Amino acid sequence: MSTTTTLPGLRAWLLTDTPASRAQAAWGRRYRIWRDFRANGVAMTGLVTIILLIAAALAAPLLATHNPDAQELTNRLATPSAAHWLGTDELGRDVYSRLLFGGRITLGMVVAVVLMVAPVGLAVGTIAGYLGGMTDRVMMRVTDIFLAFPRLILALAFVAAIHPGISSAIFAIALTAWPPYARLARAETLTIRGTDFIAAIRLTGATTPRIILRHVAPLCLGSLIVRVTLDMSSIILTAAALGFLGMGAQPPSPEWGAMIATARDYMLQQWWVPLMPGMAIFVASLAFNLLGDGLRDVLDPKQR
Amino acid sequence: MRHRLKALAAAAASVPITLFGLVLVTFLIGRVMPIDPVIAIVGDHAPPDVMARVRLELGLDRPLLVQFGIYLNHLLHGDLGRSVMTSHSVVHDIKQFFPATLELAIVAIFVATVIGIPLGVLAATRQGSRIDTVVRVFCLAGQSVPIFLLGLLCLVIFYVKLGWAPGTGREDVIFAGTIPPVTGLLTIDTLLAGDWDAFHDALAHLAQPAGVLAYFSMAYITRMTRAFMLDALAGEYVITARAKGLSAARVVWRHAFGNISVRLVTVLALTFAGLLEGAVVTETVFSWPGIGQYLTVSLLNADMNAVLGATLVIGISYLLLNLLADAAYTLMDPRVR
Repeated sequence: MSTTTTLPGLRAWLLTDTPASRAQAAWGRRYRIWRDFRANGVAMTGLVTIILLIAAALAAPLLATHNPDAQELTNRLATPSAAHWLGTDELGRDVYSRLLFGGRITLGMVVAVVLMVAPVGLAVGTIAGYLGGMTDRVMMRVTDIFLAFPRLILALAFVAAIHPGISSAIFAIALTAWPPYARLARAETLTIRGTDFIAAIRLTGATTPRIILRHVAPLCLGSLIVRVTLDMSSIILTAAALGFLGMGAQPPSPEWGAMIATARDYMLQQWWVPLMPGMAIFVASLAFNLLGDGLRDVLDPKQR
Repeated sequence: MRHRLKALAAAAASVPITLFGLVLVTFLIGRVMPIDPVIAIVGDHAPPDVMARVRLELGLDRPLLVQFGIYLNHLLHGDLGRSVMTSHSVVHDIKQFFPATLELAIVAIFVATVIGIPLGVLAATRQGSRIDTVVRVFCLAGQSVPIFLLGLLCLVIFYVKLGWAPGTGREDVIFAGTIPPVTGLLTIDTLLAGDWDAFHDALAHLAQPAGVLAYFSMAYITRMTRAFMLDALAGEYVITARAKGLSAARVVWRHAFGNISVRLVTVLALTFAGLLEGAVVTETVFSWPGIGQYLTVSLLNADMNAVLGATLVIGISYLLLNLLADAAYTLMDPRVR
């Protein structure tokens, strides 16, 4: 079977108006979303950049030209050259190799925060929204208290209270990141709660946890994914700001924010040294914003 | 009107509870600190009996709940403790540093509003055009750029390479201490003193950090203006206004913009609150002697009273600005009942 014959067949199967099974309808919907998304050039740029960044971080040991921790004190603060593609830092370490390994830290932090925060926000929001009453009021009041702090400030105070470092930075960012998700999931739940199909499910005898888990939560996912993607950019920026202020990843870790912080003293003469990690942060954060913006157009048109 | 006042009262009534939570969270953060506050005051080598006395004076031997009560009591009397670093009371420090942040934030939000709103309207009226795309990317870039990178770049370009801007700080050394502080806002104080050179110097120092912060907040303002405008321009009353033959400018600015202005006030209040956060990093880059720099320097010196005091002050300002956003919406939007 050649691809030219299968693809139209597959596409027809996906795009049919009369899907024969639930799976077919679901995949058809996914395909349509993907088709819309693919047409959005800006969003595709973001997606491709993120995939490249992840690949570069995963393949860091293969792509790196030097050991990221190897110091070469005779060759400090060198300009970019054939030997050191992006130059060397204040201890003669290869900036390009450090950026690659730093990508692992930054992207790892983003993944860790999102994995902690999104389920919590979704759970708090859907439970508060579905149950209503006192539960709702108490949960939303707690949410409001955490929303009342500027994110970076609370994270700073929290990190200072435990111990500056990557893991406390992750906890601190997670602590400040969940409330908006809870708010969002609650707002979605409130509109879903009153619909006829939920009433019908309730009549069939479904338990409350089952309704929340199987019927309400999946419908909140679309807007939540958009929000999470857009938020990844601000997680990157907060993590970098913590590193920059000396409260996140600690030197000699090649975390991008920490790299800028240590290279800052050389900014006025060797400006390219802090510029390189800065550009890396900018590219990563912009890519997530572009992707999130495109996802919003596709998944959540009413939020535009 | 009565409904609205009621809604507003409900919003205001929730403030004390949130405020209490805020104080509780800051207190708990301060108490789980691994750094012993006694050592921070008397040093490592103090004899044990001195340490014990200080511990007793600080009330650290009491149960946590009692300690919180004492903390709350001091707080209500306007006492945030003493900063180990500056050896002044934290309230005194905050009074000294906060106006600098306020000045920075006011100028930044002014610039951001004046440029951001027209830009958002322009993008919305030309949706899908090249201008629209440029504005959107410009905004996304503003949301994505680390503020310290922008600050460092500004310093390199305008201070080091071009020599247009003065360096870091708030004023040149030659003016230090010559201006009597009245409002704490240096630009106004220099004007009040009638010292034009000092005024120019203050403005020049303000330009870079305020510009960086302005771009940061402009991204959000422009994006929201564009989104609200698109929404409004699709309304039937806009079609009616167009059908009546009103000029395009009148339709856009009188009819559509008039309808979104209330929502924009809310956005501005929220942006202003966000500026407090951006100020922490900006002030560190530009050595701007504001509350943000006070906070980070205290953090690095483990000066916990100062950290908690600054956190609390920023938290309260943030809370009040959010309340203001709510109030603007409730009082001014006729649709809210």
